[in-house]
Amino acid sequence: MDSILLLPARLMAVLLSPWLKFPEIPFIDIAGWIDSAVRWLKENLSWLFDFIRNVIDGMLSGTAAVLEIMPWWLLIVLVMVAGWLASRSIRSTLLYGAMLFLIGLFGYWELMNYTLSIVIVSVILSLLLGLPYGIWMAESEKVRTISTPLLDTMQTMPSFVYLIPAVILFGLGRVPAVIATLVYALPPVIRLTSHAILNVDSETAEAAQAFGCTRMQSLWQVRIPQAAPTIMAGVNQTIMMAVAMVVTSSMIGAKGLGEEVLISIQRMEVGRGFEAGISIVFIAIVIDRLTQGITRSLKKKSGKED
Amino acid sequence: MPKIEVRKLSKVFGPSAKKVLNELEKNFDKQDVLAETKHAIGVYNASFDVEEGEVFVIIGLSGSGKSTLIRCLNRLNKPTGGSIIVDGDDIVKYDRKQLRDFRRHKTAMVFQNFALLSHKNVLDNVAFGLKIKGVSKEESYAKAQNMLSMVGLEGYEESSVNELSGGMKQRVGLARALANDPEILLMDEAFSALDPIVRRDMQFELIKLQKKLKKTIVFITHDINEAFKLGDRVAIMKDARIVQIGTPEEILANPCDDYVEKFTVDIDKTKVLPVRSIMSVPGCLTKLKDGPKVALQEMRANAVSSAYVVDDQLHLKGIVTLNNARQAAEEKKTISDVMQTDIVQVDQETMISDLVPLAAQSPYPIAVKDEQGKLCGIVTRVAILSHL
Repeated sequence: MDSILLLPARLMAVLLSPWLKFPEIPFIDIAGWIDSAVRWLKENLSWLFDFIRNVIDGMLSGTAAVLEIMPWWLLIVLVMVAGWLASRSIRSTLLYGAMLFLIGLFGYWELMNYTLSIVIVSVILSLLLGLPYGIWMAESEKVRTISTPLLDTMQTMPSFVYLIPAVILFGLGRVPAVIATLVYALPPVIRLTSHAILNVDSETAEAAQAFGCTRMQSLWQVRIPQAAPTIMAGVNQTIMMAVAMVVTSSMIGAKGLGEEVLISIQRMEVGRGFEAGISIVFIAIVIDRLTQGITRSLKKKSGKED
Repeated sequence: MPKIEVRKLSKVFGPSAKKVLNELEKNFDKQDVLAETKHAIGVYNASFDVEEGEVFVIIGLSGSGKSTLIRCLNRLNKPTGGSIIVDGDDIVKYDRKQLRDFRRHKTAMVFQNFALLSHKNVLDNVAFGLKIKGVSKEESYAKAQNMLSMVGLEGYEESSVNELSGGMKQRVGLARALANDPEILLMDEAFSALDPIVRRDMQFELIKLQKKLKKTIVFITHDINEAFKLGDRVAIMKDARIVQIGTPEEILANPCDDYVEKFTVDIDKTKVLPVRSIMSVPGCLTKLKDGPKVALQEMRANAVSSAYVVDDQLHLKGIVTLNNARQAAEEKKTISDVMQTDIVQVDQETMISDLVPLAAQSPYPIAVKDEQGKLCGIVTRVAILSHL
């Protein structure tokens, strides 16, 4: 009975099958093209990537060296001083100090330093590239039109995808970790810098023009200072994203706290994973509050405090 | 030669502004062109002169194009057509560098929402224009300091501009503009964001400063009372066009259409109209050398109870009442013995509103004199009251 009733549907399925199934078109192979493009880059521009790798590696070693020779208590004191300046609250200051102290108690002080060196170098590079690019983007409509979809893609692409070309071009270790983090953390600072400059009060920007500012004078003496709080919010975002990338980038051999998390996943060690994870959270909180303190004081200075 | 000569100035916003303007010149109808081409028309075919040292006010409702027009005068908006001749030079044709020099040396602008640099303190804000020009730090601070005392803000140099009240902020805005020592001051709704009392103070301040500085000022406002109070001449804008230009008095007397007339309904006429527009001919005059009998005769003939006493040059000397004259006739005195000399006399350009307190005190009509001091008319209390 059933089969008789289903017969017309089956007949339809057979007849329509060429339309229902997505056709295979052999000559469009984007994955293949990308693969060969990356291979081509690797073969022909290896000198460039070697150079970049050496530069980043040098920066990492330098930063790590500074962090290593700094006594643990000095870092805690410095963070607490910065925390006091940013928050003016004894409770917050003690909290930031306690968080760092806990990371040390977990036995993660060296790993934290290692992670921090990757985060710091990634952030420095992001800002070196992102701030000027954001300014350029604000000044040129063409750059804006081209960059917007690119930035959208960079931000929505799953971060793991960046690991693959980073490894191919730069090998394993902390340098590709910096590269992948850079790609992931770059968009916010670019976007917010451009947004901030474009959204400076139009009368204020007009005033700069009306008094006969050159383009550079208007930019550096009026629009960038006026945009500073929002730009700083972009910097904060970028730092946060760099911290968030720590675990992901440990998958390509970057040591540090992220690797601890990865190991504890593989070995199902809940406690170890929690300690490493909470350490990353502490780092994130401390950096976030400190940079937000800078944002607040910029806002206060330019009278945009709500 | 006028300081600023604007001829057939038009500003169209949009990608093919020039083409749309050509279309417009063939067939002007703002709404049609807007709908068809998706372009916006800011100013159409505006022509006017601004004399040196004059306060020229442009008034119109929001969207009438007045802000667009003033922004053409320093090229914050680039005009689509027409010319703006300042001191014989067409600024529409200026290249970037000429334009920068023009903005640095000839003009300065005061903005509706002050447009102060919130990251700088008061002194640095005022010195801003000078520093941009490359004036040395000491000199620009010295000038800025001067300007601050001129607008009554000494002692606030180091304050953040965010701490100031609206009125004080605009004083900073005004000081910043004046620090540049511009020949032309552009004021875009400069007092519109202030509350009424502060606004009145600022208008007074501007009038005071202008007496001293004699700048050429172009002032934008939507407030007809402000326009007529400040303006030597006023231009009224409607739908991107200037519909009438004239002195406040001319506009009040001869509004060119219903729109202008409606605009002027709100005006407090007593603050704009001078006394000469409501005065009447003195009912009865008597010469100083005439005897009291002649004066009595005159009064009877005109059926009034008092007469104005003038000398040969028609200068007012006093007033005699019927009783005074009778008394003089009986006691064989002259008119100058009995006339009352504490008489209120005003200039013919005095505003009607200023007469109100005088009229309340004086028992007689107020006498009006012309520039030579000659009696030219009188104003009765009834005439003043009927204009309030």
